[in-house]
Amino acid sequence: MPVIKVENLTHVYSRGTPFEVTSLDSVSLEIQRGEFYALVGATGSGKSTLVQHFNGILAPTGGNVRVCGIDVANKGLRRELWHRVGLVFQQPEHQLFEETVFDDVAFGPRNLGLNNAEVRERVIDALRLVDLDPEEVGRTSPFRLSGGMRRKAAIAGVLALRPEVLVLDEPAAGLDPVSRRQLMERIDRLRGERGITVVLVTHNMEEVARWADRVAVLHKGRLAMEAPPREVFNKTEELRALGLDVPATVELMLRLQARGLPVRADLLTIDEAVVEIARILNMERNMEMRQPGV
Amino acid sequence: MINVTIGQFVPGNSLLHRLDPRTKVVCVIATAIAVFIIASWYEFALLTGFVFLSMILTGISAKIFFRGLLSIWLLLAVTFFLQALLTPGEVWFGLGFLKVTKEGLAGGGQIFLRLVLLILIAFLLTLTTSPVNLTAALESILAPLRRVGVPTHELAMMMTIALRFVPTLLNEADKIAKAQRSRGAGFGSGGAMDRVKGLLPLFVPLFAGALRSAEELAVAMEARCYRGGANRTRMHSLTLKPEDYMTLLITFAILAITVWLRYT
Amino acid sequence: MSSNALPGKQAARGRSREGAVYIRVKGLTYFYNRGGQSEQAALHGVDLDVYKGEFLALVGPNGSGKSTLARHFNALLTPFEGTVLVDGMDTRQGEYLWEIRQRVGMVFQNPDNQIVSSLVEEDVAFGAENLGLPPPEVRARVDEALVLTGLSEYRNHAPHLLSGGQKQRLAIAGVLAMRPDCLVLDEPSSMLDPSGRRELMDTLLRLNRSNGVTVVLVTHYMEEAAVADRVMVLCSGRSVLAGTPAEVFAEEQLLRNVGLELPVAAKIACRLRRRGFLVPDGILTIKDMVAYLCR
Repeated sequence: MPVIKVENLTHVYSRGTPFEVTSLDSVSLEIQRGEFYALVGATGSGKSTLVQHFNGILAPTGGNVRVCGIDVANKGLRRELWHRVGLVFQQPEHQLFEETVFDDVAFGPRNLGLNNAEVRERVIDALRLVDLDPEEVGRTSPFRLSGGMRRKAAIAGVLALRPEVLVLDEPAAGLDPVSRRQLMERIDRLRGERGITVVLVTHNMEEVARWADRVAVLHKGRLAMEAPPREVFNKTEELRALGLDVPATVELMLRLQARGLPVRADLLTIDEAVVEIARILNMERNMEMRQPGV
Repeated sequence: MINVTIGQFVPGNSLLHRLDPRTKVVCVIATAIAVFIIASWYEFALLTGFVFLSMILTGISAKIFFRGLLSIWLLLAVTFFLQALLTPGEVWFGLGFLKVTKEGLAGGGQIFLRLVLLILIAFLLTLTTSPVNLTAALESILAPLRRVGVPTHELAMMMTIALRFVPTLLNEADKIAKAQRSRGAGFGSGGAMDRVKGLLPLFVPLFAGALRSAEELAVAMEARCYRGGANRTRMHSLTLKPEDYMTLLITFAILAITVWLRYT
Repeated sequence: MSSNALPGKQAARGRSREGAVYIRVKGLTYFYNRGGQSEQAALHGVDLDVYKGEFLALVGPNGSGKSTLARHFNALLTPFEGTVLVDGMDTRQGEYLWEIRQRVGMVFQNPDNQIVSSLVEEDVAFGAENLGLPPPEVRARVDEALVLTGLSEYRNHAPHLLSGGQKQRLAIAGVLAMRPDCLVLDEPSSMLDPSGRRELMDTLLRLNRSNGVTVVLVTHYMEEAAVADRVMVLCSGRSVLAGTPAEVFAEEQLLRNVGLELPVAAKIACRLRRRGFLVPDGILTIKDMVAYLCR
């Protein structure tokens, strides 16, 4: 069942002024409940505009968006979406404002009108989910934390809303490789444990290859492709033309193919690539054994 | 996405683009004075002609000027109607208690024209002069004040940076507001105290961000050897060319004519 | 760049090792908030030589002190203990300050916060103008820097309308107009999309290989470090490893312990070795791997 259904969505900024910009142009897609859905595209392709329709911050100029069964065009109902769809913006650590991490994470739950005990329970739960100690870090000022911890605290602020859909815009940008991987593992685990639908906006094709069930490629406000990563990354030339990359493993396999090696190119993870290369190396080894003179 | 492009520099190579920015600043002031002096319709025609000719010389589409006027149409309309309705005199026609007088209509028309001309004159400057050149001109014109302790270079640099950061800060404010609304912030609802409190989630991160930007920018400027105005040169050194003298001459001639027509 | 990766890299390494030392860091120790409540040691006795003409990558996890170290290279920060010499000039001596900053240019992470002017070519001119050069000279240098970074056609654009990759190239152009010997870049690609990152790396490699500019690149992307002449790994303010990419990326366990990973090609090579294949050392990039498999 689709949790988000987008039909012919068009969004125009500053409509009716001389500065009119069409940011999205009849985009249609569906995101299934419990899915890990990735959204890629060069800067300015309309990714951020699209996801801002998912929690009712933006209303469509044309077309239709239904989220959790709610029509986003309906002004009254749209207001409910903010807590059902959690939106983590780029560099969310820049939005922290409260005196303590606890209060900042509590901002969302308090806006939901929950009582103190419920707020407390949610904050503690959310901080644990991102590996922050609720007791120790909770009492600290967010401005005293390291960059990586601030990022986690900000993500906890959205998780505390207990959203059905979690949308993350470049959540791992600027993190070192290991923190990056830990964050992605954490997000995927949330999906498994709590049945949250994850929408990931990213530039990192390795992450798409590793985690996403399906990926949509936006280009200049239009949907250029939508398919499982394996199929999308098969279209290397098209992706490059859209200013994007393929994962390094795919690139490697394609270059090997170009040099005449009989390898498959639709491999996403390093494990798959290793198996495939091992197969080739074994083949060569066998050939050499059969023709000792060559 | 927020637009602040009204009246913003349009690169080009017209006569007006090439003029020394100081010439343009002085001419704009002179013409603006003329606009306030003129009273008769002949004088209006003279000045309007001068402004229109300058607009054509910029090579910039009339649409861009027109859009700028559109953005303040409300101000123009209100001034015109207030003047038209509130001036006593010979009643031209009346609608109930509203009476439009001939004097009012003429006065309203003149005020309307004056405002339009002023705005167009300002656009002539801002559309053809890059912000950097504009601040360089102001710095140069205000240079004598340096002797009495006015930090003219610093003021000019502040203006340059402010102009540069307006779009960045507006985008940042937009982003933060959206992020906080995504956590249920309702800006500007409830009582006065609640409203002020409600703005904290927007203003605290915005100020923190502005401070961070300022600090990073200061470091980046220092890294590029910035140490105040001393010892600094400019890529576009300001030199008055023959066309600058010509322009100044023509502009001041027009100002002189308006003064003469008005006071003799 | 070398097409047949391994021999090419040897040559590159040879070049950098033979080259004169350009920046010498000895026993560098630095604290944040010294004497304050939250005193934090950011660097502990770091030793490092940057050779003239080399491409050095500085890697390490978040908070390892990479940026702090990079800021010592052009005297934005000065050591509490130890010394930093730039072409023989001590960064703590005030009389060399402007000379050092002219010779060692810096590009920062956030492209928006290092652009001064609202016009591309005016921004490129800013540094050169600060050097007090005559206007025609500034003009010439700006034009040259715009060509080197491929931004000539955008000279009259407003910087905030450029793409991320273009903004970072603009920042590089602003530094190049000062004709520096050395470029130091502090995570310049972390806010860019893939094509922006590619643009940036191409520009840096070209400047290094064709124009002889020494490059120090602070990065989180191991793929970027793999094409450098040398790599230095920092962790908790200490230098834990330094050498050619081949030497550094041979230490998988150590890298993993400090929060880093291998480049994808090196990871594949490593796993193949574990499966009993005799894959040679020094396979770091996809190019290396292709060259090895299609030998």
